[in-house]
Amino acid sequence: MSSGSIAVAAGAADKLCYHCGLPVPSGVNLSVQIGGEARAMCCAGCEAVAGAIVTAGLDGYYERRDRFPDSPREALPDMVQDLRVFDRPEVQAGFVTAPSEHEREASLILEGITCPACIWLNETHVAKQPGVTAININYTTRRARVRWDTRSTGLSAILAAIHAIGYRAYPYDPKSLEAAQKREARNLLTRLAIAGLGMMQVMMYAVPTYFAEDGTMTRDIEDLMRWASLLLTVPVMLYSAMPFYRSALRDMLARRVGMDVPVALAIIAAFIASAWATWTGEGEVYFDSVVMFVFLLLGARYIELRARQKAAAHLEVLSRTVPATANRLLNFPLCLNTETVTAGSLGVHDQVLVRPGETFPVDGRIEQGDTDVDESLLSGESRPLAKKEGDRVVGGSVNRGHPVVVQVERVGEHTTLSAIVRLMERAAHSRPRLQEITDRVAAHFVTAVLAVAAATALFWYLRDAQQVLPIVVAVLIVTCPCALSMATPMALAVATSRAAKQGLLVTRGHAIETLARATHFVLDKTGTLTEGRPVLRNVTVTALSRQEALRLAAAVERGSEHPLARAICEAAPASVPPAESVRNFPGHGIEALVEWRRLRVGNFDFACELSQRNPQEPPQGAGTVWLAEENGLLAAFGFHDALRADAVRLVQAIRANGGQPILLSGDNQTIVRQAAETLGIREWRAEMSPEDKQDYVKRLQAQGAVVAMIGDGVNDAPVLAQAQVSVAMMSGAALAQGAADMVLLSGRLTDLAEGIAYTRRTLSIVRQNLAWAIGYNVIALPLAVAGYVTPWFAGIGMAGSSMLVVLNAMRLASERRVRPLIAVGD
Amino acid sequence: MDILYLLIPLSVVLVFLIGIVFWWAVRSGQFDDLEGPAHRILEDDDRAEPDKREKR
Repeated sequence: MSSGSIAVAAGAADKLCYHCGLPVPSGVNLSVQIGGEARAMCCAGCEAVAGAIVTAGLDGYYERRDRFPDSPREALPDMVQDLRVFDRPEVQAGFVTAPSEHEREASLILEGITCPACIWLNETHVAKQPGVTAININYTTRRARVRWDTRSTGLSAILAAIHAIGYRAYPYDPKSLEAAQKREARNLLTRLAIAGLGMMQVMMYAVPTYFAEDGTMTRDIEDLMRWASLLLTVPVMLYSAMPFYRSALRDMLARRVGMDVPVALAIIAAFIASAWATWTGEGEVYFDSVVMFVFLLLGARYIELRARQKAAAHLEVLSRTVPATANRLLNFPLCLNTETVTAGSLGVHDQVLVRPGETFPVDGRIEQGDTDVDESLLSGESRPLAKKEGDRVVGGSVNRGHPVVVQVERVGEHTTLSAIVRLMERAAHSRPRLQEITDRVAAHFVTAVLAVAAATALFWYLRDAQQVLPIVVAVLIVTCPCALSMATPMALAVATSRAAKQGLLVTRGHAIETLARATHFVLDKTGTLTEGRPVLRNVTVTALSRQEALRLAAAVERGSEHPLARAICEAAPASVPPAESVRNFPGHGIEALVEWRRLRVGNFDFACELSQRNPQEPPQGAGTVWLAEENGLLAAFGFHDALRADAVRLVQAIRANGGQPILLSGDNQTIVRQAAETLGIREWRAEMSPEDKQDYVKRLQAQGAVVAMIGDGVNDAPVLAQAQVSVAMMSGAALAQGAADMVLLSGRLTDLAEGIAYTRRTLSIVRQNLAWAIGYNVIALPLAVAGYVTPWFAGIGMAGSSMLVVLNAMRLASERRVRPLIAVGD
Repeated sequence: MDILYLLIPLSVVLVFLIGIVFWWAVRSGQFDDLEGPAHRILEDDDRAEPDKREKR
C-alpha cells in the first residue's frame, strides 16, 4: 500500500480523528497542528499522543503509516504511575539482563502495533530518549529489545515514552504471548459454538416451514417459530458475528474494501429484513441462512487459526528453548565448583557444566567428558549424536548422556540457534509473490462484487421487487473471496512448518514455490554430495621420503582452514617445523618459507610457477595438491572424499520430480567424472571456479531454466545468489550469511530429497486451491445474479469452499511421510 | 398439536442452557488441547528410555 493512502481526506477531516481514524463525537473540539494544518482529534488521549509525536519531530509517521493505530482512549489514564514498579530490581529479574556494568537490556512486548510505520515511530521515538543505547522491534512477534544506561534513565521512563505516543509496552514473558493466543482461540471457539447451537435450532424451526403443505401448519405455530428463530439469531448476530463487523468497519474507515465488507452487509441486510417480517407478520424470513453462514465461515476461520498457531509454535519453541540460567565453573581445571548465572551473562571463554537432561545454553566445544546429544529440535535428527572432547555442541540441544564441561564459544545473538530463529522470522516477514497476486486479485474482486450486487439489486427491483433482497444477499454471500485469499497462505504456512520439523529451514517466503518449479538442480560436489572431509589417499614423491614430504607440506598448510590442508596436517608426523612469511593465494595455494626453503603447496600450475620450469605433463600418479620448491616439484598428494550414502537418493529424487541434476565442481576431471558416473549424473563440469559456475547458471537461466543451486553455502555464495532458489548445507557460516533461501539443518540429503517432492505437492495443492476458488466464483456468481441461488444455499456453497481449501492445505501436515521417489506424477 | 406452544419456547430455553454450559467448558480449558489427552492416555510414564515423541 502506498504511503499516505491512509491520510484522512480533506473533506472528511471534520468527521474523523486524524490520529486514530475514529469519528469525532459532536461537541468535541480538539485539534493538533500536523504538517502545517490543524487536524481534528476525537479525544484528549489522541490529542496528547499526536502532540507528543509532533513535539518529538516525528510527524513523518503520518505520511508513512498505512493503517490507523489503536485509539489510546482507554490506555492513558494513571498507567504512568504504575510504571515506576518496573524500576525495582526484583521486578526486573525475569526479563532484564545486564550486558555491562551500567547497561541493562529488557525484552518487551508492544501492543497496538498495526503497521510498519508504528515500528518506525516507536524505534525513532525511543532511540531519542536520553540514556537509551539501542532498540529493536520485531514486526511479526511484536517483541522489542531495549538497551539503556542506568546512570541516565530507567525502564519506567522508557515505558512512559512508549505510552506517550499511544502504544503499550509490557515486559515480554513467553507465557503472556501464549495466554494471548489461547484467549484468541477460546474466544473464536465460543463464538463458533454459539453460532452452531443457534444454527441447529433455527434449522429445526425452518425445516417444517419448507416442507409443510398448505394448511397443515397453523398461522400461530409459524409465528411462534419465527419469533423463536429471531430470539436465537440475536446472540449469533450480536456476539458470534462480531469479528466480521469489526473488520468490515476497519476496512471502511481505512477506505479499503476487504472481504468482510460484503459478508457484514449481507448478514445485516438479511437479519433486519427477517426481523421486520417477523414483526409485521408479512414476507419471508432468512434466519436459517444467516446463522448457518456465520457458523460455517467461523468454522473455516477457526481451523485456519489452529493451523496458523501450530505453524508458529515451532518458531516459538525454538526461541524459548535456551535455558535462562547456566552453571558457570568458577575455577575449572582445578575444581568443579559452579555458580548459577543467567545465560545472557555468559562470555566467550567461560566454562559451563551441563548435566544430563539439561539444555546447552550456548554454542561451545566440549572440554571434558563424553556424552550423547539430542539435536532433534534444531535438525530434526531424532537419534542422539555421540560427542567427545573437542567436539562442537549447539545451544538448544539437549544433553542425553553424562555431565560435560563446555567451553563457551558463541553467545547471545551469535549462536546458531538465534541465527536460525532470525532466518525463520525473515521468512515470516517476506510475503511470497503468489500470495501478493492473489491478495490483489481478491481486493479487486470484492469491489467488483459490490458493484455487481448493486446492479443486480437495481435490475430485480425493476422486475420483481419481492425478489431483490434474497437475490442480493445470495450474491453477496456466494461470492465472498475467502477461499481465494486463504488458498495460498494456508498451504505455505503448513508446508514451511513441516519442512522445519524435518530439518529443512525455509528462510525466504518464495523458496517453497520456486523450489517446486525448479527445472535444473545444480549440485556442488565437495561438502554437498561428499562428506566434505577428504582423507589423504596417496603420496607420490620425487626425491624425498613420504614422511619428509608430509612434514614440509604440513608446515606450509598448518594455518589453513581448507579441508585438504587439514587432511594433510592430520596425516603428517608429529614434529612440524615452523613456517615464515606465509602467503595465501585464494583458489591456488599457499607459499611459505620453511627451513630456509621457499615452498608452495597448491594446484599444479601454481606449484610449477615457483620453479619457472614447466613440465609438459603432470608426472604419473596425478594428485590434486602439489608440493614444490624453487628447483621443481617435490611431491603430489592424492585425496579421497567419500560420497555421502544418500547422495544417490537425492539424484534419483530430482529425476523422479522431473528435474535435471547437474554436477559442477572445482575438482579435476577424473574425480568429478567418477562421482558423476557413480551417481548417474549425465551433465557435469569439472575444474570450475565460482565465477565459472555463476556463468553456467546464467546461461541456463537465459534458456529459461529455473535453477536450484545446492551447495555448502560458504564457498559458492555468488552461485547461490545467482540461482533462483538455493539450498545450503548446515554450517555456522551458511546460517550467519543467510545467503541461501533454504538451509538443510539435518545435513541428510534424503531430507532434501523428500523436501523437493514435498514442495511440489505444496505447489500442486496451492494450484488446486486457487483453481477451486476461482472456478467456484465463476460458476456461482452468474447463477446467483440470475436468482437461482437461495441465501441458505449460497451460505453452504461459500463457506464450504473456504473449508475445503483449508482442509486441503491441512493434508500437507497430516501425511506421515512423503513417498520421496514416486510421490509426484501420480 | 397444542403441545408445540410449550415445546418451542422450551427448546429455546434449552439452547440457551446448553450455550451457557458450553461457554463454561471453553472458559475452563476443556477445548484448549484437543490432541494431547488422546496421546497421553497411551503413554507409559514408567518407561526408562526417554521418549522421542513430542512432549505435551
